Amino acid sequence: MSLSVRFAHRFGDFALDVAFEAPAGVTALFGRSGSGKTSVINAVAGLIRPDAGRILLGETVLFDAERRISVPVHRRRLGYVFQEGRLFPHLSVRQNLTYGRWFAPNGPGESFDHVVGMLGIDGLLERKPGGLSGGEKQRVAIGRALLANPRLLLMDEPLAALDEERKAEILPYLERLRGETDIPILYVSHSMAEVARLATTLVLMDKGRVVRSGPAHEVLSDPENVPALGIRAAGASLQATVAAQEEDGLTRLEASAGPLFLPHVDAPVGARLSIRILAQDVILSRTRPEGLSALNILPATVTAVRLGEGPGAVIQLRAGDDLLLARITRRSARALELAPGTACFAVLKSVAVAQAEVGGAG
Amino acid sequence: MADWLTPDQWSAVSLSLKVSLWATVLSLPLGVAVAYVLARHEFWGKQALNGLVHLPLILPPVVTGYILLMTFGRKGFIGALLDQYLGIVLAFRWTGAALAAAVMAFPLMVRAIRLAIEAVDPKLEQAASTLGASRVWVFATVTLPLILPGVIAGAILAFAKAMGEFGATITFVSNIPGQTQTLPSAIYSFLQVPGGDAQAAQLVLIAVAIALLALLLSEWIGRAVARRIAGS
Repeated sequence: MSLSVRFAHRFGDFALDVAFEAPAGVTALFGRSGSGKTSVINAVAGLIRPDAGRILLGETVLFDAERRISVPVHRRRLGYVFQEGRLFPHLSVRQNLTYGRWFAPNGPGESFDHVVGMLGIDGLLERKPGGLSGGEKQRVAIGRALLANPRLLLMDEPLAALDEERKAEILPYLERLRGETDIPILYVSHSMAEVARLATTLVLMDKGRVVRSGPAHEVLSDPENVPALGIRAAGASLQATVAAQEEDGLTRLEASAGPLFLPHVDAPVGARLSIRILAQDVILSRTRPEGLSALNILPATVTAVRLGEGPGAVIQLRAGDDLLLARITRRSARALELAPGTACFAVLKSVAVAQAEVGGAG
Repeated sequence: MADWLTPDQWSAVSLSLKVSLWATVLSLPLGVAVAYVLARHEFWGKQALNGLVHLPLILPPVVTGYILLMTFGRKGFIGALLDQYLGIVLAFRWTGAALAAAVMAFPLMVRAIRLAIEAVDPKLEQAASTLGASRVWVFATVTLPLILPGVIAGAILAFAKAMGEFGATITFVSNIPGQTQTLPSAIYSFLQVPGGDAQAAQLVLIAVAIALLALLLSEWIGRAVARRIAGS
């Protein structure tokens, strides 16, 4: 099932005008605060009624300004995870989790035990939300949304209010969720790390407009999007398979362009992983470098060169079947005579596992 | 029946309890509805409704009683209809005393409940609607349980106010022993006759005891409910 969003709305002097498609998987709405991300999911939820446009979920019309259709919030069959959890303080965790079940009793939805097990909240069921930690509250909120039997999951910065440790605690649950459910998940975030890890589709927003949208790996590896993503967050990802656990503690992965070595990755041999490589962690060389401590060197071909306004440049490379981004200086770009078609070597200073595919470990 | 009270004294006490109880119970649903509308909705005429609700609080009680007599009396435009079609007569009956008490206590009840509703985060109600609850269900499962302490406080405040209502009651339903003579009216009557001071004092003590009991009860229930809501 796919969500199709196209609408315009004015709030005072802020104009929102967006159009994008969100297929199954995680569609991340990314942009700085004030770019209108939350308003977009509130419109999808029915908490805001746009001035014009249409919102479709599969064949179902949720909103159509021209035909004057606006399905009430409670009939949209959503699961909405709010930034602040919004658990009902007078109900126990168990009652919070089953709240949506009263209203959507029939359906193929997730089983209670499965969701509770997946989120690791079995021990909290009889407690009241008042006594839970931030991370626990957020996990219960996610469970409550899932158990409402939703056709669409909306998540508004579900991790923003948490510290790094709690985030690290919840991210694996979200990854597992992405692998286990086939409903579209709309995920609002301003954290590139979260987006790179979770998103299958990426919608870049700025000042109430969609700057770019498409499959996450395409959007992330397009040098044109670097200004919108932020230079520190820019970077591509490539797909790799776990080939072996080496004796010295490294894990050898096989990417389409060659082998990669990472500090021990907790995944079985054969697992498909998505590896994130930040543009600022890539060094380019015209000849195969020797006598270098870097382990990960991939042969690549320049596919695009984008000169920035400052002294920097962003180079897009094809390494095997994957695209990479490298951020270097204009001076180096000139000195190396980089142009589309130039063969070179990408030296990766740092690589990290961004996503584990279904069945792999996170 | 306690033999330390004369039949007149006893009937005044029991009548007051009956009047106040009915006044509170019957006006409570309306009080919650009006408080909800005032707390959560913007509409044309909201200030007028707010003013109307608060009018009995600022008008002299005798004026309120007079207005009740004009509208709900046998010749009043509502009273005549009630009499003709439903056979209900309010003026000079205990039911009229209940109406007067309810009207006088209404502003206090609405204020207490409205404060409680305003303290409920509308974001929780929004969350409930995203989970599939219609407006009525949101109110029944989220708003109402959260405002329960305020509703109880409002009800007990209204009960205490109804127990003490004098001006509007005596104007609307007079002071007929055994029929419309409430506790305050009885105290007033005993003070009008020579040698009635002792009987008046007895009733005063009972009035004080009932008021204190109501206050303690509201504190206790309120705390128990709040504990249940916040419990971890």
